[in-house]
Amino acid sequence: MGEANKLGTEQNPLRVAVVGSGPSGFYTTEAIIKSGLAVEITMLERLPAPYGLVRYGVAPDHPKLKQAIQVYEKIAEARPFRFLGNVTVGRDISVSDLSRTHHAVVFTCGAETDRRLGVPGEELAGSHTATEFVGWYNGHPYYRDREFDLSHEVAVIIGQGNVAADVTRILAKTVDELKHTDIAEHALEALAESRIREIFVVGRRGPAQAKFTPKELREFGELQDCASIVDEQDLKLNPQSELELADKNNAGNAKNVEIFQRFASQDGGAKHRRCYFRFLKSPVRLLGESRLQRLVLEQNRLEGEPFAQSARGTGEYEELPCGLLFRSIGYHGLPMAGVPFDQRRGVFANDGGRIMENGHVVAGLYAAGWIKRGPTGIIGTNRADSVATVGSLLADLEALNSGESKAGAEGLYPLLAESQVRFIDFAQWRRVDEAEIARGEPKRKPREKFTRVQEMLAVLG
Amino acid sequence: MTTFVTDNCLRCRFTDCVTVCPVECFHGDDEMLYIDPEVCIDCSACVEECPVQAIHEGDDYPAEKEKWIAINAERASGLPVISEKQEPLPTAEARKGELGF
Repeated sequence: MGEANKLGTEQNPLRVAVVGSGPSGFYTTEAIIKSGLAVEITMLERLPAPYGLVRYGVAPDHPKLKQAIQVYEKIAEARPFRFLGNVTVGRDISVSDLSRTHHAVVFTCGAETDRRLGVPGEELAGSHTATEFVGWYNGHPYYRDREFDLSHEVAVIIGQGNVAADVTRILAKTVDELKHTDIAEHALEALAESRIREIFVVGRRGPAQAKFTPKELREFGELQDCASIVDEQDLKLNPQSELELADKNNAGNAKNVEIFQRFASQDGGAKHRRCYFRFLKSPVRLLGESRLQRLVLEQNRLEGEPFAQSARGTGEYEELPCGLLFRSIGYHGLPMAGVPFDQRRGVFANDGGRIMENGHVVAGLYAAGWIKRGPTGIIGTNRADSVATVGSLLADLEALNSGESKAGAEGLYPLLAESQVRFIDFAQWRRVDEAEIARGEPKRKPREKFTRVQEMLAVLG
Repeated sequence: MTTFVTDNCLRCRFTDCVTVCPVECFHGDDEMLYIDPEVCIDCSACVEECPVQAIHEGDDYPAEKEKWIAINAERASGLPVISEKQEPLPTAEARKGELGF
């Protein structure tokens, strides 16, 4: 191939489709633009609204984290960037459509479903995934009509990571603590009627292994009307856990244990709600007639070397009456037609971001973020991860230059027109964005989200 | 609530932190990095990333480190943004050992 036809030049710009508009999608876009090559990015998003988990995952009472959006807005202003919202890849457009029109496709579509507990009774009414609840209070259109029965006094959260912390905090906070956030109106109304008094946050391992970041855990000491309580007995650690905490490189877990110690030394005082952190317990059965009434927990002990301790059941059981349960024990990606899927890990099979099938690289397909490495880390972790994937992509540049011309987004418009898909571009999204902000103003909320796709499209006339 | 870099970064400058910063709030001189508190969103991704635990957040820091809050605020804005990993200083590994990591 002659120099004139080199990929990434004005004559032959590198055209990349990015599937998903969360942090990984934007950091991927940013890294491609920063390559200095002539590029064009087409970002596809199934909702009209961009930003993925920053908009629909980050809790409403963490507004500062959402400022990451300002960075994404800047990336979106770059000249070679096109946003196609309200387009579902795998339904409106196929992966092969994208491959035909772009030199490379990067999947940044996240890990959408919760891992299952795999215990009897999991399907009882009153037992939910954290994903549903998070999507519901954040106004995600897919979860808009979910109902959570908040008329019970006891709720249980299974899991001790940051998502579990978010769910617990939203249940624990007063309406006053939430009403000036961007929480969805329907959620605020339902939470105002909540009768929940006790929230149990259950982990299968000990306090020294809880996955919360200390920053999230600390917030439980600052709730207006909810006391956080830990049983002192639970903070007696085994020697292996003591060794883990003594390791200077494990400062986060040591801080968590310090915070738990503070919770252990306080009584609830006059606060109306209680949040109990419980350790070394695994759910084994959910019981109830027509809906969840009781949870059976098995006591665990830790086995194994420091930093590799796992929970083993001891055969002792206890029952916890409860009317509402959320599981938050990790996420699992969903397969997409045309992309090899690693069922066990719940990710798109890949090596360093290159999609793999039967041990071979599938040319032109890449992954970044949670669908690449699984649901770990926080927003910024995905920047380093996306940069790594784009590194792989740029190393493949020569191989990606098939010699055929790739039409980029222009090649997709006829297909979208044919299947009568109403896509929205970034300028249109900004109009929806402004309308949401205007709706929030009278309530002193940063925005009142539109929670139905039709409402968003209606703004555009 | 502030996140800030302290003197553990001096003679190290590993720069792992900048790769996970979602908002490019790190700035640097030849000696160390600083966080611009106006830009930082306190996500704490960098705190865990630092091999010498130079970064502190919130009100969770030893009293003698407090002065670094003001130093970060003063220094950061006048220095160039560092958003990509750079070579650590030649003294970094030795210094890391001295600090006990």
